[in-house]
Amino acid sequence: MEENNKIYWKGLEELSNELDFVKNAQNEFPSPKEATPKDAETPGDVTGSSRRDFLKMMGFSLTAVSLAACEQPVRHAIPYINKPEDIEPTISNYYASSYIDSDGGYDSILVETREGRPIKIEPNNLSSLTRTGTSVRAQASPLSLYDTTRLNGPRKGSKPIDWKTVDSEITARLQQVASQGGAIRLVTSTIISPTTKAAIRDFIARYPGAQHVVYDAISYSALLRVHNGVLPFYDFSKAKVVVGIGADFLGSWPNSTTYSYQYAQQRKVGKKKKEMSRHYQYETNLTLTGANADYRTPIKPSQEGLLVANLYNRVAKLAGAAAISVPDFNASFLDNAAKDLVAARGQALVISGSQDVNVQAVVAAINRIVGAYGSTIDTTAYSTLKAGDDNAMANFVQEVQQGRVGAVIFYNVNPVYEHPAGAAFGQSLQKVGLKISFADRFTETSSLCDYICPDHNFLESWGDAEPRRGYFSIVQPTINPIFLTRHAQESLLVWAGKQNNYFSYLQDYWRTNLFPQAGGAGAFESFWIQTLHDGIFEPAAARAQSTATQATETNRERPLTAAPLNSATGGGQGIAVDLNAAATAIARTYKANSTATELALYEKIGIGNGEHGNNPYLQEFPDPITRACWDNYLTVPKKMANQMELVQGDRVRLEANGKPVIEVPVLIQPGQAEGTVGLAVGYGRTKAGKAAENVGVNAFPYATVVNGYASYVVPGVKITKIEGTHNIAQVQTHHTVMARPIVQEANLNDYVKNPAAGAFRPKIATSEGPKHPTAISMWDGHQYVNHSWGMVIDMNSCTGCGACVVACNVENNVPVVGRQEVINRREMHWLRIDRYYSSDADPTVRTPVGYQDMEEASANPEVVFQPMLCQHCQNAPCETVCPVIATSHSSEGLNQMTYNRCIGTRYCANNCPYKVRRFNWFKYHNNEKFDFHMNNDLGKMVLNPDVTVRSRGVMEKCTFCVQRIQEGKLNAKKERRRPRDGEIITACAQACATEAIVFGDLNDTESRVAQLWNEENDGRGFRVLEEINVRPQITYLTKIRNKA
Amino acid sequence: MNTLLDKFFALARKNACKSWGIMLFCCLLGLATWLPAQAQENNAEATLPADVVDTDGTSDLPAGGSQPRTQDPAQVSQGKTIFNNYCSACHAVTNEVVVGPGLQGINERRQRDWLINWIHNPQKVVESGDQYANDLLKKFNGNLMPAFPDLTDQEIQSVLAYIDVAGSGENANTVAGGDTDGKLVPSGSGTTVAPGGGLGSTSFTIILVALLVILLLVLLVLIMIVSLLSKFLSDKKDLAPEDREVLEQKVNWKAIAGSSAFKGGVALIFALVVGKVANDQVMSIGIQQGYAPKQPIAYSHKLHAGQYQIDCNYCHTTVSKGKTASIPSLNICMNCHGVIKTASPEIQKIYAAIEQNKPVEWVRVHNLPDLAYFNHAQHVNVGQVPCQTCHGEIQNMEVVQHISSLTMGWCIDCHRKTEVNGKDNAYYDKLVALHSKESKEPMRVANIGGLECSKCHY
Repeated sequence: MEENNKIYWKGLEELSNELDFVKNAQNEFPSPKEATPKDAETPGDVTGSSRRDFLKMMGFSLTAVSLAACEQPVRHAIPYINKPEDIEPTISNYYASSYIDSDGGYDSILVETREGRPIKIEPNNLSSLTRTGTSVRAQASPLSLYDTTRLNGPRKGSKPIDWKTVDSEITARLQQVASQGGAIRLVTSTIISPTTKAAIRDFIARYPGAQHVVYDAISYSALLRVHNGVLPFYDFSKAKVVVGIGADFLGSWPNSTTYSYQYAQQRKVGKKKKEMSRHYQYETNLTLTGANADYRTPIKPSQEGLLVANLYNRVAKLAGAAAISVPDFNASFLDNAAKDLVAARGQALVISGSQDVNVQAVVAAINRIVGAYGSTIDTTAYSTLKAGDDNAMANFVQEVQQGRVGAVIFYNVNPVYEHPAGAAFGQSLQKVGLKISFADRFTETSSLCDYICPDHNFLESWGDAEPRRGYFSIVQPTINPIFLTRHAQESLLVWAGKQNNYFSYLQDYWRTNLFPQAGGAGAFESFWIQTLHDGIFEPAAARAQSTATQATETNRERPLTAAPLNSATGGGQGIAVDLNAAATAIARTYKANSTATELALYEKIGIGNGEHGNNPYLQEFPDPITRACWDNYLTVPKKMANQMELVQGDRVRLEANGKPVIEVPVLIQPGQAEGTVGLAVGYGRTKAGKAAENVGVNAFPYATVVNGYASYVVPGVKITKIEGTHNIAQVQTHHTVMARPIVQEANLNDYVKNPAAGAFRPKIATSEGPKHPTAISMWDGHQYVNHSWGMVIDMNSCTGCGACVVACNVENNVPVVGRQEVINRREMHWLRIDRYYSSDADPTVRTPVGYQDMEEASANPEVVFQPMLCQHCQNAPCETVCPVIATSHSSEGLNQMTYNRCIGTRYCANNCPYKVRRFNWFKYHNNEKFDFHMNNDLGKMVLNPDVTVRSRGVMEKCTFCVQRIQEGKLNAKKERRRPRDGEIITACAQACATEAIVFGDLNDTESRVAQLWNEENDGRGFRVLEEINVRPQITYLTKIRNKA
Repeated sequence: MNTLLDKFFALARKNACKSWGIMLFCCLLGLATWLPAQAQENNAEATLPADVVDTDGTSDLPAGGSQPRTQDPAQVSQGKTIFNNYCSACHAVTNEVVVGPGLQGINERRQRDWLINWIHNPQKVVESGDQYANDLLKKFNGNLMPAFPDLTDQEIQSVLAYIDVAGSGENANTVAGGDTDGKLVPSGSGTTVAPGGGLGSTSFTIILVALLVILLLVLLVLIMIVSLLSKFLSDKKDLAPEDREVLEQKVNWKAIAGSSAFKGGVALIFALVVGKVANDQVMSIGIQQGYAPKQPIAYSHKLHAGQYQIDCNYCHTTVSKGKTASIPSLNICMNCHGVIKTASPEIQKIYAAIEQNKPVEWVRVHNLPDLAYFNHAQHVNVGQVPCQTCHGEIQNMEVVQHISSLTMGWCIDCHRKTEVNGKDNAYYDKLVALHSKESKEPMRVANIGGLECSKCHY
C-alpha cells in the first residue's frame, strides 16, 4: 500500500526504476569501474589510482574548495506580488483560535504566525478557562500541521482522486444505501463544536437512516451517567479539601489546564496568604495529580469501591446521615479525609475517575453531603469535553459485526486502534458497504476505508467550540490549507445537499444562535469581528459572575444531609441512585484483599490517546513521572520486581483472559500500588507516520466494556519474564536528591511559624566566623544598569505538567534527537523538570551503604518537581573556562552563548553545576539519521526564524529567550518608552498554566518578579547550590506541603 | 642574527658619510608615497556618512538661511510626512513636473476649498465641469490624479502648509528641523561633513607638504655642503692617506647586494608582503563589497530616490517597523506605474509578473549570514541612522551595489563610535542620566552593551 502521499524522484531513471539505477542506489559511492590495462600494472589497487593520482586529486580538490569558497552563491529575495495588508515580513501576527483534540483537549489560544505560517501557540489571556497557560499537546500542535504523513488530497482506497468525483460517488452511494433503508452511522469522538453538531444534524436530516455515534477512546461514561450525561465542571480554586480517587485531574483529564490553574490558586502561599488546600489522593499508578497531593495512598483498583463506600460512611457519620452497608475497609488517612471534608463543607470536593457507575453514585452522594454541588462542582455550566456513550459504541460494533450497517463515516476516531475490540472490528469492517474517513492520514482505521476525505488541520480550519456550557470560542484559520484538504463539516454538508461553504454556514449559525445571546446590540458584523479578535464569547461567564456570591451563601446554609436530588438542566446534583443498591453492588464487585495482579491503564500527558503520536515533540517529551520518552512500559512496584527478580529494562509477557499477549519492557516505579502494574495507552501505532510507528505496544486491547462502561483496569493479569532486555529512554535516572539541599520543602505548619522554614541558608566558614557565601568572593561582580532579567520559580505551584518544556522546544528550535540519542544521554532540551522522590533512608548515615540506601526511593514517595534551566549565574563557572569566550556575560544579567564562536571544547558543560548545557553531537537538520521535522522542507516551516538553528559541534543552552527580550525592548524603544512588566516573557513562563514561573526585569521595582523576589528573599526564596556562590538570576521558592 | 647585524653596521660605517644621505632620501621617498595615500584616506573619511549620525537634529540648520513665511512647524512637519508618503511620487514642491504639475505657489493659484475637494475626489471635480480641472486633465493627457478620500481637511492643510514653506525656495529640511528618519539626503546638500574633521585634515595635509618642502631644502643644502667640503678636501695636498681613502671611497653596491643581510632583508619583506596579500585574500572570503548583480528588472534608485526623491519608506515599508527593510511587493510599484511609463519594457516585466502570478526574483545584494541578527527598525527608527550609513549613496546608484563590508569588525566599529540617539526616547532617559554622571563622553552604543554577543547572535 502506498503510504506517502507525495512521490518525489530525482531523475527519470528513478521514475522508470532502471536496473542500473536500482543497483547503484544502494551504495553511496559508485562501485569501481571495470579494470583498465593501466590498472593491471598496479595489481591490488582496485580503485585504479596511484600515489601520484592521489596527490593530483588532492591538489585539485584543495584548489577547487578554495575557489568554491570564494564564490558566493547567488541568493534571491522574493517579495509578494500583492502583499496582504496585515502581513509585514518579520513581524509576528497573532490570531485567536482554539486547540481541540479527540482526547478532550481544549485550549483557548493565540497562534503566532510569521509571513503566514503558524509557528507557536500561546495562551489567550481573554479566556476565562485557559487564561494563564496551555497544555503540552497544544504547545506541540503546530508541528502536526507540518507533518509530511498528511494526505495531500482525497483518496479512493489508496489512489488519489479529486473532490468532485469523491462527492458525486459518495453522494450516489449514500443515496443508494438510504433508499434501500440501510443504516448509516456517523462515528465521532466527543464534538464540542455547536456548528459541527448542527452540520451533523443537517446530514442526518438528509439521510433518515443515519445515526450519530459518539464515543471516546478514554471514556468518562460512568461520571457522565451519574450527572445526566454531562461532565461536571469542577472548581478547584474554591476547594479547601480535595479528595481524588483515581482521578488525574491535573494531568490527563479534560480541562486539566483550567484545573491546574485553579488548583494552584489554592496552593500558592505568600506573605498575605498563609493557608492552602489539602489534597488527599488514592490511586493505583503514580500520576501527576498524586505527585502533587499532600497525602497520597496507593490502592488497588479492586479496592476502589470499598474505599469510596467507606469514605461515604465516615462522612455520613460525621454529618449525621444514614450509612450504607459495605464491608469495612480502611486506607491511610481515610478518617482524616472524611473529617476534613466535613469541616470544609461548601469548600470540599471528592473527584473520582472510576468507570463504575455505582462508585460514581456514591461519590456524588458524598459531594452532596459536603455541599460541593453549586460550589466546587458546576453541573449547570458543565464541561462538554467528554460525552462519549460506550453503550452506543458497543451496539455499533455489534451492528457492524452482524453486517447491519450500510455506510459508516469516521470522524476524529480511530476505533481499529483505540477500541478494546479494535482488531476484530477492523476485520468485520469489510461487511460495511461504504466506509468513509475524515482522517488526515492513513491510520489503522482510515486505511481500511473506501474513501478518505482528509479534514483540515485545526490551524487551517474555521470552527467553533463550546468546551463548557455557555463558554464559546472560535477556531480561525491561520494558514491557507497546505494540502487539498477540506473541512469535514463541509464534506457532510455537501453530501447532505446543503451549501458548500462551511465558513458562511458557521457565520449563519452564530448569527442565528449566538448573536442573540450577546444582547443583540449592534450589528452582527461587529460582534463577529470582536469574537474573532477575542477568540472567545462567554455569555455564561458574565452570568456566573453575578450569581457566584449568592450560590456560596446558599451552600453554607444547606443542612448536612443527603440533599434531595434534582435533575434540572445540566447534571443537577447527580441522578437518583438507590445508594443501598449501589452499596450492594460495590460489596459484590470489590474486595479488600485481592491477591491477583491487577493492571491499570493510564494516559500520558503528552501522547494522550495516541492521536498525535506522530508528533516528534510529543514523543520526545519525557513523561513527568517516569521521565521516559519514546516508549511505553509496564510500571512495576519495587516489591513485585524484587519478587520476580526483574530489573529495569527486562522484558515481560503480559497475559490476561481473552486478551492478546503483549511483550513489554519493565520500569520500576516507586509509588505503584502493591500487586498492580500500569501501562500507558497511546503507543504501538501501526499506521500513523514515521515517528509514531513501532514505538511501544498498544494497550487499548486490555480495556474492556463492563456493564456498558469502558473499563481501564484488568483484575487479573499474568506476568512472565522473558528473554531479552529493552533499553528505556529515560532522561533522568537518579531518583532522589540524596539529602542535598537542591529541592527544599517545608510543612505548612512550620511555614506559618517561620516563612523561611525548610529553606537552606548556607554559611561558609571564614577566619572571621561563618559568613553568607556571597559575602566572600574573588569576583568583582557585574553591574546591571539597564535591565536585570530574572526569574522566580514557585515549586509549590509547579505541578510538573511540562508545558514549559515543549514551549521551550518550539520557541527555540530545539532539535528532536530520537530514542537512541536520549539513551545515549544526548537529549537537547534546554529546560527540564527534575522529578525527585523522597527516600526512607537516614540521611545522617554517611557511609557508602548509607548513600546507596539514600538513592533508593520510598515505596510510596513524596514527589517534588523542579524546573531546571540555565541559572544565568552572575559568577558563571562556564564563562571562566571557555577558551574562546564563546560564552560571556551581558550587562542585562544574561549568560550569553555565541554559537558561531563556539569550538566545542565542552569545558563549559563540564563546569556547569546545574548540568543545563547541551552539546550538538550531530547536525540535526538535513540529516537522514534524524528524520524528524528538521529533515524536510515542510517540517522546517515550524522553525522560529528569530533563533539560529545550531549545527554540529557547538554548545547550546537556555538563553532566557533573548530573542523575545530583544524584540520586547525594541518595541518599547520604537514607542519611546520603557518596557512594561509582562510584556517581555519567556516561552516557559508564558506556557505555565499555574504561573509557577515568573519572569521579568529585577531592576523594575514594580515588576511582579522583582516584588516576588524581594518579598520572598528572607522567606521561601532560595538559590540552588547557593553555597558555591555563583549567584543565579533564578530564585526558587520552597515547596510547602499541607500536612496535619 | 647578531653577526648579521654587525656586518650590516660595519658596512654602514664604511659608507658613513654617504649612507645618511641615502637614508634621508629614503625618508623623503617614503613621505612622498605616503602623503597622497593619507590625503585619499582623509577624503574617504570625510565622505563617510558614519560620522554624520546626527543625534540632536540641530546641526543641519543652516546658520543664515532666510526664514520662510510663518507656519506652525509641527503642522509643516506633519505635512512633510504626508507629502512624502502620498504626493512625492508624482509631485515636486518646486515648479518641476514629475508626473503631475509642480506645486510651487499652489496656495496662490487655487482656493483652499477647491484643493481639498480636488484631493478628496478629483473625478468629482472634473465631472462638476470645473474649467481649471478640465484644462489640467487635458494638459496631462487625461491622467487623473488618484483620490485620497481618507486624508482629513486638517491633514491636507498641513500638506499645503508644507508646500508653501518648502516651495518658497527653502530646503524643507531646515524647517522641519533635522528630520532624518531614513530620509534620503540629496548629495551635496545633506551629507554634511563634520566640520572639525574636514578642516583638520586639510590643515594636516598643508603642514605635511610644508614639512616635505623643508626637508627637501635641507637635503639640498646638505648635499651642497658635502660636495663643497669634498671638493675642498680633494684640493688639499697634505691629506693623510687614511683620510684620502675615506674621501675617495666609492660605494660598493655589489658588496651590499651580495651581503647576506641584504638578502635576508629582501626575503623578509617578500615574505611579509606575500603573507599580507594572502591574509587579505582569506579575510575577504564571504565579503561581497562591490557586489552589484544585474537585477531581473533594471530598477534605478538614482531615478526614484535620487531624482524624484521618493521617500525610502514609501517602498521599503517595514524599514522602521521590522527586521528587514522588505523589498516592495509589486502592488507598490503599481501605485505609480499603473499610469506612469506603462510602455517601458522594464515596466512591462511588472505587468507580466502580475499576470502570470509569478513574483519577481530579485538578486539579494546584502547577504548577512544567518548567525547574525540585524534589525532595521532598531537602527533606522530608534537610532535614526540614515540609510546611506550602511548602503552608501544609494540615491546615486543606477544598480544597487554592496558598499559596506558587513563584517563584524565593521559593525563593532560603528557601535563603538556611534552615540546613542536618546533624544525624546524615554527608554534611554535613565541610562543617559546615569552615564552622564559617570562620564563626560557622550553615551555610545558600546556603553550600553552594544558590543555584547547576544545583541546580534542568538
